[in-house]
Amino acid sequence: MNPSLTLGPNLFHWPAKQRIDFYNRIADESPVGTVYLGEVICSKRTPFFDDVHLPAVAERLERAGKTVVYSSFSEVVIKRERNILMEWSKQEGRDLEVNNTAALLHLKDRPHRIGGLLNVYNEDTMSYLAGQGATHFSLLPELPRATIARLGEKARELGVGVEVQVFGRASLALSARCYHARAHERTKNNCQFVCGEDPDGMTLKTMDEKPFLTINGIQTLSYGYLDLMADLDDMRSIGVTHFRVMPHTCDMIAVTRAFDDVLAGRVDVAEGEAKLRELGIEAPFINGFYRGRAGHDWVPRVTEMA
Amino acid sequence: MNAMVKPELICPAGTPAALRSAVDAGADAVYCGYQNATNARNFVGLNFTPEEMENSIRYAHEGGTKVLITLNTFPPAGKVELWKEMVDLSARLGADACIVADIAVAAYIRDNHPDMRIHLSVQAAASSPEAIEYYVREFGVKRVVLPRIMTVSEIRDLLKEIPCEVETFIFGNHGLMVEGRCSLTTYVTGQSTNMDGACSPAACVKYERADDGSMSTILGDYMIDRFGPEETAGYPTICKGRYKCDARDGGYYAFEEPVSLNASNMLPDLITAGVHAFKIEGRQRSKAYVKKVVAAFREAVDSIMAGQEPKLADLIALTEGQKQTEGALKTKKWR
Repeated sequence: MNPSLTLGPNLFHWPAKQRIDFYNRIADESPVGTVYLGEVICSKRTPFFDDVHLPAVAERLERAGKTVVYSSFSEVVIKRERNILMEWSKQEGRDLEVNNTAALLHLKDRPHRIGGLLNVYNEDTMSYLAGQGATHFSLLPELPRATIARLGEKARELGVGVEVQVFGRASLALSARCYHARAHERTKNNCQFVCGEDPDGMTLKTMDEKPFLTINGIQTLSYGYLDLMADLDDMRSIGVTHFRVMPHTCDMIAVTRAFDDVLAGRVDVAEGEAKLRELGIEAPFINGFYRGRAGHDWVPRVTEMA
Repeated sequence: MNAMVKPELICPAGTPAALRSAVDAGADAVYCGYQNATNARNFVGLNFTPEEMENSIRYAHEGGTKVLITLNTFPPAGKVELWKEMVDLSARLGADACIVADIAVAAYIRDNHPDMRIHLSVQAAASSPEAIEYYVREFGVKRVVLPRIMTVSEIRDLLKEIPCEVETFIFGNHGLMVEGRCSLTTYVTGQSTNMDGACSPAACVKYERADDGSMSTILGDYMIDRFGPEETAGYPTICKGRYKCDARDGGYYAFEEPVSLNASNMLPDLITAGVHAFKIEGRQRSKAYVKKVVAAFREAVDSIMAGQEPKLADLIALTEGQKQTEGALKTKKWR
């Protein structure tokens, strides 16, 4: 097991059975050290999985030696969302990952993690939040290397963890409106959980048929999949302590093993990258954000270093 | 109705000339920013030099108008100093409040300029009593600018629970993503809305006319919309474009139609809900536009407070033929 490799929260609306099977396999076969569980996108989805199966799934993963962290809602507006968040903020014995400032109200001076959907752009904000009990920061996908390096330096000084997403679609925007429902000429209130039809999100193409963005309920993601495998060593050198892969329907055991192999130095980057490209992912791989370029770009490492 | 608080009218000033127009037209406060990444409308030809700000604050104060400085972007690591300098400058020039989004900027004001009012920007996306209470507790925030995602009835309930003033948008451009939580522009262009104050920057825009007369609007490498020969091409803002998906035949506005917010019919409801300030969007607009919009809303608010029917017909002409929406204010069906 690799303590620096993590599996981020599942952003999509998969059937409960599929999720349970998925996490059982992760427990048994994946080298990830930490698993983030919990609905972060839409509170309407929680009755299907979170409200029923979460404790058992968490226990199963913990029995397999994984650290389990609950990740919380990114959008908190209605009473139900506020109540669930408050309940989660009070739980003992397990870290909560915060994706909305609302949670911070209840977490002062109690250990918690900052999620990749909360805005932490600079070292002063990081220090402030660490001073109130944040122990671990998952960074926003849009941050370039130079910014991550500064945050990494500060994190070392503060003794907090820094996590960067290295695989999967990148979250780009959140809204109060459900774009999945809108695509099907429904509203959020009568969505009939149509987001469940797209287990990796719904592709938006431009008018000239170029795949562009991915819709997941209120969330807009990149069409391309992040792949920062070539930058793992570099990231480690600038203070990144944890590497996050995001759940998708491709073979996640293969994905997490490939990252584990490269992190452990058992296979080289070229071989690891080749494995990711054998998974049958239709979308292109992207790494532009890290390179300070447009996020959808893929910049080969040689060019970047030159 | 006797207990009604008269809301302040908060007006956009992209330039010193627009600021003077807003002051002359009866703005209770104007909001404006400096010529750098510290504000979320960092466009060429907009915003204020320190000297312009100094003179503008003097002009506004002589007219009885407050000046709120927008420092509402998120400084990236290594660059926080610039935001701190702009806070210091604003305090020195006698600004009435700073509108901020980032925790580091708010903490700096609290620690170094305890008399400076902090308004929490819409970019901070504080949409629950808990989030707002957090900012009030930590930084002494005096007012929150609400995200454009709440209904009037939600705003009314919120006001009962929070220990600070509330400002809502009532007119102008209407973004669909939660502001402060959108990196679509970074994905397409490499420039960030949150860090650089850029949204669909003009330098990355192209218009291409095809042989069939259609016009494509392009941002970076992506076609944001394609207009027929009889349609007027709009600016390629990513969340206002037309796209295709498997669930639809042909292009559709995946996020929102190109509509403009106009909550003028809801002003009485917002006033009785207890909203403290109405915000008009449009720092990129001309001084003539600012003058007309501010004057119309000045008349409207004053009439409502006097128990009279407001005249709002003028505002329809100002929306430039764009479709109108009451946004999220009216109904949850918007979601």
